[in-house]
Amino acid sequence: MQSSSLSLASHKRRWLKLLGWGVILGALTWAWQGAEMQPGLLVKNTDNMVQLAGDFFPLRFGNLKHYIAQMLVTVQIAIWGTLLAVVFAIPCSLLSSENLVPWWVYQPMRRLMDACRAINELVFAMLFVVAVGLGPFAGTLALFIHTTGVLAKLFSEAVEATEAGPMEGVRVTGAGRIEEIIFGLIPQVLPLWISVSLYRFESNIRSATVLGMVGAGGIGVSLWETMRGFQYSETATIMLVIIVAVTLLDMVSQQVRKRFI
Amino acid sequence: MSLTNIAVEQLSKTFGRTTVLQDVDFEIDAGDMVALIGPSGSGKSTLLRLMVGLTRANREQRSRVTIMDRAVQQRGKLTRCSRAERCRVGYIFQQYNLVGRLSVLTNVLIGHLGSMPRGRALLGRFNRQERLRALEALSRVGLESLAGQRANTLSGGQMQRVAIARALVQDADIILADEPIASLDPRSAREVMKILQRINEEDGRTVLVTLHQVEYAREFCRRAIALKQGRLYYDDSIQHLTDARLQALYDDEGLCELFDRRPQQPDTITQPAAAGAAL
Repeated sequence: MQSSSLSLASHKRRWLKLLGWGVILGALTWAWQGAEMQPGLLVKNTDNMVQLAGDFFPLRFGNLKHYIAQMLVTVQIAIWGTLLAVVFAIPCSLLSSENLVPWWVYQPMRRLMDACRAINELVFAMLFVVAVGLGPFAGTLALFIHTTGVLAKLFSEAVEATEAGPMEGVRVTGAGRIEEIIFGLIPQVLPLWISVSLYRFESNIRSATVLGMVGAGGIGVSLWETMRGFQYSETATIMLVIIVAVTLLDMVSQQVRKRFI
Repeated sequence: MSLTNIAVEQLSKTFGRTTVLQDVDFEIDAGDMVALIGPSGSGKSTLLRLMVGLTRANREQRSRVTIMDRAVQQRGKLTRCSRAERCRVGYIFQQYNLVGRLSVLTNVLIGHLGSMPRGRALLGRFNRQERLRALEALSRVGLESLAGQRANTLSGGQMQRVAIARALVQDADIILADEPIASLDPRSAREVMKILQRINEEDGRTVLVTLHQVEYAREFCRRAIALKQGRLYYDDSIQHLTDARLQALYDDEGLCELFDRRPQQPDTITQPAAAGAAL
């Protein structure tokens, strides 16, 4: 009796498993068609690609200094974009946490942050280029708006995961609401906030390398121009500069982050 | 200053459908040390939270909590109290509620937030005098040597003493302690109770402490208030709390032996029933 019910259950589970795989395969096939996946092209165009790869070498270091200067601008854009975002994300995240404010405050604030986050940096950059003109400032503003949306969400998730106890402990001493947040809440979330901000800084450096393609400053301009001029050996140099810079800053930022966790 | 420090009138509290407190009335005189006892779930913690305004009572006409002649809440609404008024009541939690990542000293300094100028409070800039008072409070609870340590590195008993030091710095006239020794080992528990007793005797601060070990209540308090199933069950000197009464208090049976000093007028009994019918 028991063994038959057991085999019945395992039968059922097997069918469910098969069905699950079927659904996954179906979804993958569907996406394959939409994405027009043609691995055959990779084989067919091998000659083409070998030629392109060959064009990358030898690297040309004539403009290296210029590229490094441009990369520094890129990092500077990321620094200010991230910093402004952190500063604005703090109040916005507090105002979108359901354990701190009533729903008629956090709902609109969350939707506003959703909007900031939904639109890609590059799109914001194109808009800001129109608004404030070509150059790094437009890029900084673009990173700032998008990152504010991202950080506000991550920050407020940390706030909502805190314990109420320490805040009550501060409240009963007669402290005001803001002191309660500063002394009871912020110490709880600070390590996570710092870690998340540094992570966003790393990813903002990566994002900032393409902002120049739409005229919003940084190394993206050179990247775009050399590619359009088929100067692939220059492009390769730029990519090398980007890889080195991003790796270095990731390492530094990771080291800093480790100290706060 | 009037002699009555705390007055609780007609306090009821329901969470959803469960009634946690029903028509609780009592007064506590300045300088007294009172134990609030009762089985778990009898509403002790809720009562204490209501008294400090962390929770709101039901919106009933005559419900009111008054502390030193100022209403904390009335008809289920918190009254707007200034920071100075709020810091006259210190509160000690079972789970200490310290800020774990801050140092012991900073945790004690938090007790100053209610009374210092707002600008300095927001920036957390404590002056020398405030620091000295915090250290003094720490030495009263015997922890001055741990001032620089992070609060979350302490043991339970030490954390509870830090919480008491915070209430001392706050210079509260009344200390409400919610199960302060429930999560402590016997030695730390005794130590914490002794500190509370000293604060009561040396400084003349009123202490109301919830306990579930009655021996501690008998040893350290002068008066006991007992709750059973959300109602006032006993309110008298601790000496009159006989073993038979205690047994009845912790019995699962109903409220057969209700608090004896309560006037047995018919209207006090029919009133809650009438209110229930109106709902």
